[in-house]
Amino acid sequence: MTADFLLTLAQAIVNGLLTGMVYGLMALGLSVIFGVMRIVNFAHGEMMVVGMYLAWMGFEYLQVSPMLSLPVIAAIFFAAGYVLQRGLISPFIGRPEHQQFLLLLAVAILLVNASLAIAGPDSRGVQMESQFDSYELGPLVFDAVRLHAALAAVAIALLLWLFFTRTRTGKSIRAAADNNLAALVVGLDVRRLYAVTFGVGAACVGAAGALMITIIPVSPFLAVEYTLLAFVIVIVGGLGSMTGALLGGLLIGVSEAVAGLLLQPSLKSMFSFGLLILVLLLRPQGLLGKGPQ
Amino acid sequence: MSFIRRLAGNAPPRILWSLGVLLALLLLAPALLGKYWLSVLILILYFAYVGQAWNVLMGFAGQLSLGHALYAGLGGYIAAGLYFHYGIGPWAGLFAAVAVAGMAGAIVGYLGFRFSLAGVYFALLTIAFAEFTRVAFDHWEWAGGSGGLFLKVEHATDIVNLRGGPVLFYYSILALAAGAFILCRALLQSRLGQYWLAIREDAEAAQAVGVPVLRCKMIAIVISAALTALAGVWNAFYYNNLFPETAFAMGRSIEITLAPIIGGLGTLFGPIVGAVVLTGLGEAFTDLGDVLRIPGTKQIFYGLALLVIVVYRPAGVWPWLADKLGLKERRP
Amino acid sequence: MSGARLDLEGVTKHFRGLRAVHEVSFTVPAGAIHALIGPNGAGKTTIFNMIAGVYAPNGGVVRLDGKAISGLRPDLICDAGVGRTFQLVKPFKGLSVLENVTVGALHRKPRVAEAQESANAILSRLGLYDRRHQLAESLTLPDRKRLEVARALATEPKLLLLDEVMAGLRPTEVDVMVGFLRELNQRTGLTILLIEHVMRAVMALAAEVVVVSYGEKIAEGTPQEISRHQAVLDVYLGEQEEL
Repeated sequence: MTADFLLTLAQAIVNGLLTGMVYGLMALGLSVIFGVMRIVNFAHGEMMVVGMYLAWMGFEYLQVSPMLSLPVIAAIFFAAGYVLQRGLISPFIGRPEHQQFLLLLAVAILLVNASLAIAGPDSRGVQMESQFDSYELGPLVFDAVRLHAALAAVAIALLLWLFFTRTRTGKSIRAAADNNLAALVVGLDVRRLYAVTFGVGAACVGAAGALMITIIPVSPFLAVEYTLLAFVIVIVGGLGSMTGALLGGLLIGVSEAVAGLLLQPSLKSMFSFGLLILVLLLRPQGLLGKGPQ
Repeated sequence: MSFIRRLAGNAPPRILWSLGVLLALLLLAPALLGKYWLSVLILILYFAYVGQAWNVLMGFAGQLSLGHALYAGLGGYIAAGLYFHYGIGPWAGLFAAVAVAGMAGAIVGYLGFRFSLAGVYFALLTIAFAEFTRVAFDHWEWAGGSGGLFLKVEHATDIVNLRGGPVLFYYSILALAAGAFILCRALLQSRLGQYWLAIREDAEAAQAVGVPVLRCKMIAIVISAALTALAGVWNAFYYNNLFPETAFAMGRSIEITLAPIIGGLGTLFGPIVGAVVLTGLGEAFTDLGDVLRIPGTKQIFYGLALLVIVVYRPAGVWPWLADKLGLKERRP
Repeated sequence: MSGARLDLEGVTKHFRGLRAVHEVSFTVPAGAIHALIGPNGAGKTTIFNMIAGVYAPNGGVVRLDGKAISGLRPDLICDAGVGRTFQLVKPFKGLSVLENVTVGALHRKPRVAEAQESANAILSRLGLYDRRHQLAESLTLPDRKRLEVARALATEPKLLLLDEVMAGLRPTEVDVMVGFLRELNQRTGLTILLIEHVMRAVMALAAEVVVVSYGEKIAEGTPQEISRHQAVLDVYLGEQEEL
């Protein structure tokens, strides 16, 4: 264990934490959707990819930085998510999993192939102005782009937390998630709340996409990987727990970085899936999720 | 003979006659169809077969598996690997393939069922196992690693080693598909089959009347895995190549599930009808995509078709069709 | 079928700090019909669930004909001879009436044809034979209750646990079910334990009644005795007798 190695390890952990924060934001969207409506969003990764594409298009054609187009993209995603839930997904709540799966699979296919049709199969990246900047803290180097993305992710997560704990709608959503029937009985418009929830979840993904494009380029083929990643994070971190999703994101980000360093890089996802299996078996509620009902 | 009579059960005679005619036509197909249509038919039969295999676990025992590519991949790799390295023909190799896949199914099943994973959680477990194995095979030199495993293409018909032209593969997949159909019919009629249906309806109530739920679910997944492995073996020898990236891919797992879900879960004809519909749509949209020349066109229409089907016919195409034709099969 | 003797010895069940059942003991002799009554939430269904194997008791033993069955899996307990119905009926909705009962019959008669024969016989006795090909989903509640009983009977039990099988039935339907159970018991000597709120049925069927409240047994005796028992009256104060 030389000092050099420890430094490389620490650096990997730092990078993992930063990227992990953005992963966490993506997973937050899934956690919100699944936690509240028990809808398995198989189109999650595809939504992420579309977010990345939108941010890329804003940069490429309008010269707008993804950090600036983020709120716009989030708003678009919210609206689209709201409509999608209200119009298409709503009747599928409570239906057997395989039907939900097929529905969202269809949505996923449409999203990813629309992206393919519009942007082509090549990967598209964004060259940020601060591309080569970095901050230093002692021997550790914080890549500026990643750091900004991570901070933005934290800020958005914070906003979300405020939404769910301080606003009426947010609290109503949590109530509906806890006990649907009771929510209906006290007169909450559960359908609208679900639509808002899906919109919020989608907005998270869109925002995460806008942040992610600053870190890595996008191609249609990333979608499946992101869907799986989101699920691993949400399960590991704990369903229905927002902090769990973020924590899970960090954990997965770090473990991927470290695994990539210690093992062959291509084995890193193996590690994530192994972790998923363990969590599913030993602690299905995840690290911070609510206990088994 | 009485076995056949029992299989037929109380199916109306016109069904049996129609099936007979269909079988006769299928047997004659290579003589009647051109190369293109034969390959389409092969595709249909493949998806009907593998869909039937998956259906045993989902439609009968009610467990959603989204990682079935694990068994197909294992089956294909084991058989192809044995042939590639030791010259062991697929007829012998398939035993090993089935055994390995069956064991994998038993592991997934045991972990899933014993730890009471249901619904999404079980599906995620299956995905995790498939993905895990995909990466593992990427690094396994014996299986060719990420570069893939290639079998030598030979045009001379060699039944023992499953080498030859489309006709050989046509009859072999036809045999598999027909065999699976008969097997599933027999299973459904048996005590095990009735137990499966009960478990799918209400596992707690089933247990209260003496159904050994865990054991039945384990049998379901092992059978499903074993049958799927055979599809993998066939696939490997038909296409002559295997890559971990595709053999164990989520896309492959999803592919397997589409025909039975679209056609109608838990039914015998569902996977077949689903395979016909999906392959038909696939071919039609491919042509459309060629005409429009925008990448992803085929998939967009395909996705729209899936959307329409799941929204308007969530129980599947076959139950609706059967209703229209005045037939009756078990509702999914 | 003949009946088995049921013994509960100091049976206890906790759920994460909540004491659901505490040291309950009673005996149902072979061939007898007894009732288990008490206010809602008293722990009656939990007791049933412990007998039927859904829960393992935290303390005490459940014996069937002297042999301990507590802690066994529900399907093994069914094998030992315990049949049960559920408070909220659980039919196999997508299966036909005949198929429902056949699943039960298959436990003792592995060959499907024989199981169906057995199922048909039971359905006839319960008046469901002409609806045997109907989907369970399409049955009315009283018929679903009869189906549930039929399915349990198909497993050839020596002890039948009926959880509020009369609930939701009209008085005439109650009488029919009572008559059926009495005839069944007299003909075959099947031991029956009922959880009931419908006092009409309890009075008509039970030789002895066990009363539980807040997880504890507070009284035991003939229906007449417990209807005059002070503790029982206290517990039921304000409760209307179901007609």
